[in-house]
Amino acid sequence: MNFFIVSLIKSALVAFVLLTALAYIQWVERKVLAHIQLRIGPRRVGPHGLLQPLADVIKLLTKEDMLPSHVNKFFYFLAPFIAVMFALISIAVIPFGTEIKIGSFSTPMQLTDLNIGVLFVLGLSGVGVYGVALAGWASNNKYSLIGGLRSSAQMISYELPMAMAIVAPLLMLNSLSFRELVDGQGGFYFGFIPRWSVFQGPFPQIVSFLIFLIAAFAETNRVPFDLPEAENELVAGFHTEYGSMKFAAFFMAEYCNMVTVSCVGALLFLGGWQPLWPAEYGSQFVPTLIFAIAGLICLYHGFHPARPFDRFTLPVFGVVFLGIAAIFLVPIVATILLPLFWFLAKVSIILFVYIWIRGTLPRFRYDQLMNFAWTVLFPVAIVNLFVTALAVALTSK
Amino acid sequence: MPDIPLPQSVPLAWYLILSAILFTLGVAGFLFRRNVITVFISIELMLNAVNLSFVTFSYKFKQVDGHIFSFFVMVVAAAEAAVGLAIILTIFKNRQTLEIDEVSSLKN
Amino acid sequence: MEDAILFLLFAAIAVVCGINVVLQTHPISSALSLVGVMGALALIYLQLGGEFIAAAQLIVYAGAIMVLFVFVIMLLNAGKEQKLPRRLWVTYAGLPLLAIFIGIAAFVIHRMLPVTEGVKFGAMTHGNPQEIGRALFNIYLLPFEVTSVLILIAILGAVVLARKEIE
Repeated sequence: MNFFIVSLIKSALVAFVLLTALAYIQWVERKVLAHIQLRIGPRRVGPHGLLQPLADVIKLLTKEDMLPSHVNKFFYFLAPFIAVMFALISIAVIPFGTEIKIGSFSTPMQLTDLNIGVLFVLGLSGVGVYGVALAGWASNNKYSLIGGLRSSAQMISYELPMAMAIVAPLLMLNSLSFRELVDGQGGFYFGFIPRWSVFQGPFPQIVSFLIFLIAAFAETNRVPFDLPEAENELVAGFHTEYGSMKFAAFFMAEYCNMVTVSCVGALLFLGGWQPLWPAEYGSQFVPTLIFAIAGLICLYHGFHPARPFDRFTLPVFGVVFLGIAAIFLVPIVATILLPLFWFLAKVSIILFVYIWIRGTLPRFRYDQLMNFAWTVLFPVAIVNLFVTALAVALTSK
Repeated sequence: MPDIPLPQSVPLAWYLILSAILFTLGVAGFLFRRNVITVFISIELMLNAVNLSFVTFSYKFKQVDGHIFSFFVMVVAAAEAAVGLAIILTIFKNRQTLEIDEVSSLKN
Repeated sequence: MEDAILFLLFAAIAVVCGINVVLQTHPISSALSLVGVMGALALIYLQLGGEFIAAAQLIVYAGAIMVLFVFVIMLLNAGKEQKLPRRLWVTYAGLPLLAIFIGIAAFVIHRMLPVTEGVKFGAMTHGNPQEIGRALFNIYLLPFEVTSVLILIAILGAVVLARKEIE
């Protein structure tokens, strides 16, 4: 019984944090894109637009839920349900850190550690294609159908190089369970180079990481591969006929896929929660330092405000950041929070790269996209897998 | 509600009975449906039932060979689905129909 | 006892989806019901200790082959099938005969296997990917290479059959 109650609490916590994070990733995206494009982004709803996701949620919930008369009703309702369900389930196998030990009670920071965790995530991303294909078909609209078919063809084409790019570090780390994969990336070379997959001999997995990132962009339908759902092509593609909560479901599914893929990339290639340099050289003070610098910058700009509103909001943020920096110094809490910090830092870096590329690159045409998958990315993934396998076979006993 | 005694462990025969039911449903669909894609889907249902049989017997002897056979059945089903769907597309392009009763120019 | 409850639940889902495959008029409903059958079977394989086969079923069968079926159904725009008029005695004698046939098969199967030997979740530990890899690349290496040639032939056949006519 204890196991069930603990799992229930963990699932509720992870679900709550994930859904809040999905809303706030959208805020980060709008702000970062705005600053790349030399404007400011949302700033009216709440300080610095921080309540904008809440306003969006209220708008999407209270909008009229229209059912067009020409759609196939059962599949029209089923499609966003499938898309969201399989996107959200994938978080169940992602480990966020080591163990939480409070007194005699210890539980790993993961909902379940399947020994086929990597295959589970790959399978769910394969079944998630149905949401998109059914949405395009059920809308009974030629633009939606073309958008849906293009999007699902793109997703299944890029699954292949992604799977091969995932297999390459698995050859070196010899397990399919995420926790064992991260444990195999612990330790340091020469005392200061971390043994992450991208640095690990016999063959550093840099090419695999690049292939994985490119395939991940295509899997989640993000720029530069977002032709099937762009607003100025194909009238928004497969979600043309969807409004209010069903559109919110597709949006949530897309961001959740982004988060899952970033987590998998951080776990397989960037060493999960392993720190960048050993603890002897002071890597446990990195989060304290970062949050303290952020707090001081906020306080400084609070006293020389660019806008009159900032005189009140920025010092508050500064104090909050300094408080978080102080929490990382408490030894009992630090052992739980430090691995979590490193993992979240790596996931945030990959998500920032997602947003950065969205603001920078133009999008591919569809035939260029499919051509790239089958004639460039797939052979490169095969050659990379072959070289990795050769390196592992030659250097193992 | 009467207390139905459920067994401690599931008898192996139940898995084989499920496989038989699915196989029978596949045969029924294959014989009675007229849309060629539904006939094809019934063939895939039959292959799935056979896979379940293989995995069940692999459990009985605690060996992995049944899983390997099941894996090869899946691979062959993939190849067959690809070629079969290409043939269906060609038939549709030439006859504009998807009913197997109407593709009968070789009869009599 | 939890094993029995789980098995009955997934078996019920599989049988209901299987009946749906045969009874639905629109091919896409049949295809999606088959995806439901495959999902239920993947969970049953997990209970039988075949974790790699369960994952392969999801990735290969439900996630690639059935997507191919759904694509073809969507592209061909196959409509609903017309119901043929059937003679009255066929409708009323068919289902009971089917039930009797399955009952006889179930009885024979039950007599063949001893009831003492049951399935417990976790009793089979050889279904993990390491064991499958060991068997696949040592004993079954020749069938493995032959199936890769088979897939190549299937790809070539499908590309040749489905390409546009060059006028």
